[in-house]
Amino acid sequence: MNHLRRYRIFLAIVAVDLVILAVRPAVGVQIFRQSWQIVLQMLSILPPVFLLLGLLDVWVPRETVMRYVGERSGLLGTTLSIVLGAAAAGPLYGAFPIAQTMARKGASYFNIIVFLGAWSTLKIPMFLFELSALGTSFALTRWAVNVVGIIGLAWLVNRLMPEADRQILARADVSPPGGAPGAARAAGNPAAGSGPDSGPGPGRWARRRPRKKPGQ
Amino acid sequence: MSTTLLYALAFGGLGLSYLKDPARTRQAVRKALGALNNILPEFLVVLGLVGLMLTFLSPEVIGRVVGSGSGWLGMILASIVGSITLIPGFVAFPLAASLLDRGAGAAQIALFISTLMMVGVVTFPLETRYFGRREALLRNGLAYGWSFIVAAIVGWVVTR
Repeated sequence: MNHLRRYRIFLAIVAVDLVILAVRPAVGVQIFRQSWQIVLQMLSILPPVFLLLGLLDVWVPRETVMRYVGERSGLLGTTLSIVLGAAAAGPLYGAFPIAQTMARKGASYFNIIVFLGAWSTLKIPMFLFELSALGTSFALTRWAVNVVGIIGLAWLVNRLMPEADRQILARADVSPPGGAPGAARAAGNPAAGSGPDSGPGPGRWARRRPRKKPGQ
Repeated sequence: MSTTLLYALAFGGLGLSYLKDPARTRQAVRKALGALNNILPEFLVVLGLVGLMLTFLSPEVIGRVVGSGSGWLGMILASIVGSITLIPGFVAFPLAASLLDRGAGAAQIALFISTLMMVGVVTFPLETRYFGRREALLRNGLAYGWSFIVAAIVGWVVTR
């Protein structure tokens, strides 16, 4: 039952799709066709990304990540975050799990948001496409303005995020699989770190800050 | 192309890892599967929402909305459509180019492209699950506002 509960929003959407399919078959078929395209798109990026993150988790020491993109990595860390994001391919949702692993390994929050911004809008393959489709002055201006903007936005987000909320990213799924999603989302769940599935990364985070999220 | 590269990288790494330390590799795979299983509900929600969105906001509909009005109303509409939609670049850029050819303003197109890339309404549940509500609201809200500045600058440079 718990398993079904986790998927209740998805199942509700599928129910809506089915109703549309029954009332307007042509539109319904179109929905399922489009959804299938997204399934393929997700399959083309998510399995290898999660596999690589698993490998990174067990092989790359926390100290290495901290040195390159941690709190004291300075300009090098931010530059590296931009390069990493810009070299990427694929939609923004592919960056979220990477950001989480970065957080668990000690990357600074500022650099993570920079990485997210770079992934969303500075991707080199996209830029080349934009260059040919919309012209040099359009694409170049947008790219250059966004390099500045992404750093500025990350600075703002970093400033405006309370410490407790920043911790969410590193331990967003420390509850054992199959548990109620609410338990994982309640940021201050102290029992989460002792679950059977908690690796050294999330466990460390959860142990260090068993603090309650204000306002919850 | 990048998919092949990504898969080659992942399975190459997996093979190397297994040669070095099978136990550790099993641990890595367990972690990968656990993480994927954990976030799967939210990814499926994104999948469902995008499927619906793509059906009702087809490229023609997007083109009509973004290319139609000018002035503030046109800008607001372009930014809303850009924020809601999640379409790949190889669909978005030719669409934007054809709109420019048909006389749409560069600022408006820049606003559409910018919000399309930076603001994610359909991925909001996923971002919230990973980063928490506050980050998702902050990042998307700030990116939305920022897109108007980008649009103003690009519009000024291109039409100069």
